Amino acid sequence: MAVIEYIDAIRQAMKEEMERDEDVFVLGEDVGVKGGVFTTTKGLLEQFGELRALDTPLAESAIAGVAIGAAMYGMKPIAEMQYSDFMFPATNQIISEAAKIRYRSNNDWTCPLVIRAPIGGGIFGGLYHSQCPESVFFGTPGLKIVAPYRAYDAKGLLKAAVRDPDPVIYFENKKCYKLITGEVPDDDYIVPIGKANVLREGDDITVIGYSLPLHFVEQAAEELAGEGINTQILDLRTLQPLDKEGILEAVRKTGKVLIVHEDNKTGGVGAEVSAIIAEELLYELDAPIMRLCGPDVPAMPINPPGEKFFMLNKEKVKEAMRQLALY
Amino acid sequence: MTQSAGQNVRHLELGLSNEQAIDMYVTMVTARKFDERMLLLQRAGKINFHVSGVGQEVAQVAAAFALDRDNDYFLPYYRDYGLVLSVGMTVRDLLLSVFAKAEDPNSGGRQMPGHFGSKKLRIVTGSSPVTTQVPHAVGIALAAKMKKKPLVSFVTFGEGSSNQGDFHEGCNFAGVHKLPVIFMCENNQYAISVPVHKQLAGKVADRALGYGFPGLQVDGNDALEVFRVVKEARERAIAGEGPTLIEALMYRISPHSTSDNDLAYRTKEEVDLNRAKDGIPKYMQYLIDCGIWSEELEAELQANVRKVLDEATEYGDKAPFPTPESTLLHVYADDAEQGGRE
Repeated sequence: MAVIEYIDAIRQAMKEEMERDEDVFVLGEDVGVKGGVFTTTKGLLEQFGELRALDTPLAESAIAGVAIGAAMYGMKPIAEMQYSDFMFPATNQIISEAAKIRYRSNNDWTCPLVIRAPIGGGIFGGLYHSQCPESVFFGTPGLKIVAPYRAYDAKGLLKAAVRDPDPVIYFENKKCYKLITGEVPDDDYIVPIGKANVLREGDDITVIGYSLPLHFVEQAAEELAGEGINTQILDLRTLQPLDKEGILEAVRKTGKVLIVHEDNKTGGVGAEVSAIIAEELLYELDAPIMRLCGPDVPAMPINPPGEKFFMLNKEKVKEAMRQLALY
Repeated sequence: MTQSAGQNVRHLELGLSNEQAIDMYVTMVTARKFDERMLLLQRAGKINFHVSGVGQEVAQVAAAFALDRDNDYFLPYYRDYGLVLSVGMTVRDLLLSVFAKAEDPNSGGRQMPGHFGSKKLRIVTGSSPVTTQVPHAVGIALAAKMKKKPLVSFVTFGEGSSNQGDFHEGCNFAGVHKLPVIFMCENNQYAISVPVHKQLAGKVADRALGYGFPGLQVDGNDALEVFRVVKEARERAIAGEGPTLIEALMYRISPHSTSDNDLAYRTKEEVDLNRAKDGIPKYMQYLIDCGIWSEELEAELQANVRKVLDEATEYGDKAPFPTPESTLLHVYADDAEQGGRE
């Protein structure tokens, strides 16, 4: 198996799905000739032509809305939002339309659409190139939401999203593009939507998270193992629907849980995860549920000390994990 | 036929047979009578709500008849009873929707009336936030282009909607990619209470210039003129020449909905003046002048529509509601596994 970068895994998934099914196409700003501002769609125009790697006008509601129309016709569009910070103009199309098409038509019309959107900071992107908007869409029935961390999952979840009969938001982490590498099969596989994954086995504490922060958690867990603290790490992979069984199983194993994400704390995915744990496992816990998240400020600043203050890192998660272990 | 040569054969020149010309009229009258019946049902307390299309049926029906009703895609807005009746929805279907019954083909009794949808009839499901259907129509036209299918998507909206971003974004996208889509604005002069001069500083049709395709105004009360411009727009679309924006001028004779008192913002004189311009009697007179319609046929039609409405109303009223638990169904393709229900 080849070791490739996270961004290559995303590109491979699109390429393979477009080869497999001629109804699959990509549309968005700069996805054609330029191959994406991050090179995510590089080579697709050359292989599949300009209609299937479609450069669109700079208008996010149309990117989503046109993709929804094509999906209702029977195509399998992958709509790219250049940064998730810019997908808010498309929110009405995503929440009022894509999420409700099957339901409002009583299962007559469907909307098999993928919306790819890069999330996350740590790239000196300032307020509007760094956000994590998961909580805006989380809790909207009718949508599925995935957020891969490993390169393997980046490919497998995107392929699953393309084949899914319902709209899927695919939050890829732009800091992970080059930072995260991993073994990725060349052949066809999918990672099922709705299933979390155990990244590390341990019996002292459980850490639950998704996307980039798991990189810091894995590093911290490795170091804490030297201190005799053994960590169970659960990668949610899918945010909606949450893998309730996977969450409960991971917490049950240690009785101590820390939930980690870069999106701000209030109303974030971690709040729902902790509610699930509290509803089902309160009396099996040996410590209060802990959360370590981005601060409740509008978005991260561009100045380096401010960005560093906002972002999670190995030291921050390691300290939280140690405190939980010592509780 | 008894018409003087050349003067009253406009429909034949436009490619409409006598039967089709009459069928158009029957559909307009059916839509009008449906609408009037719904207002009565609401006043009688049988239904909660009705949103009216009175005054707009002529353009809706004439446009639909200019399309390929077996292949094209239709993205109506909430006043388009004439349009959906023209493309295969039945009065019974509409009544099932009005009464929010399980058998309603639009939404299974989930959505407000006027929120149309039928995959079989290629009427694309719609919502209440206005103008979201415009980019959808563009997406369907894009798919048609990609799959090389000779069809067009036809989307309607009010002049109020023409101010939404989705209108501009959709038109611009369609213009750039020369897509087979027809945008028809049903300019009925009001966005609920706000008159057209407080919504638009120019003409909706003129906006097409900025998108790089033709835009034109048409008298929405002139059935055959609407038919002609939509037919030409369709020919352009199928020939790969791209979209057309049509602004059909009309007047919303009814209040916005049964919850609206329109005399709070307009006068009875204004409404009466416009009622006199109603295109349905004008079109009937045209058919009579052509010698293909008569008072006898009119009486027969009125009786028949009344009967259809009576039967459909009774059917809709008596049909069962959806089961309460069905509220949980169809969130996802696989509800049980994906969280649509426990």
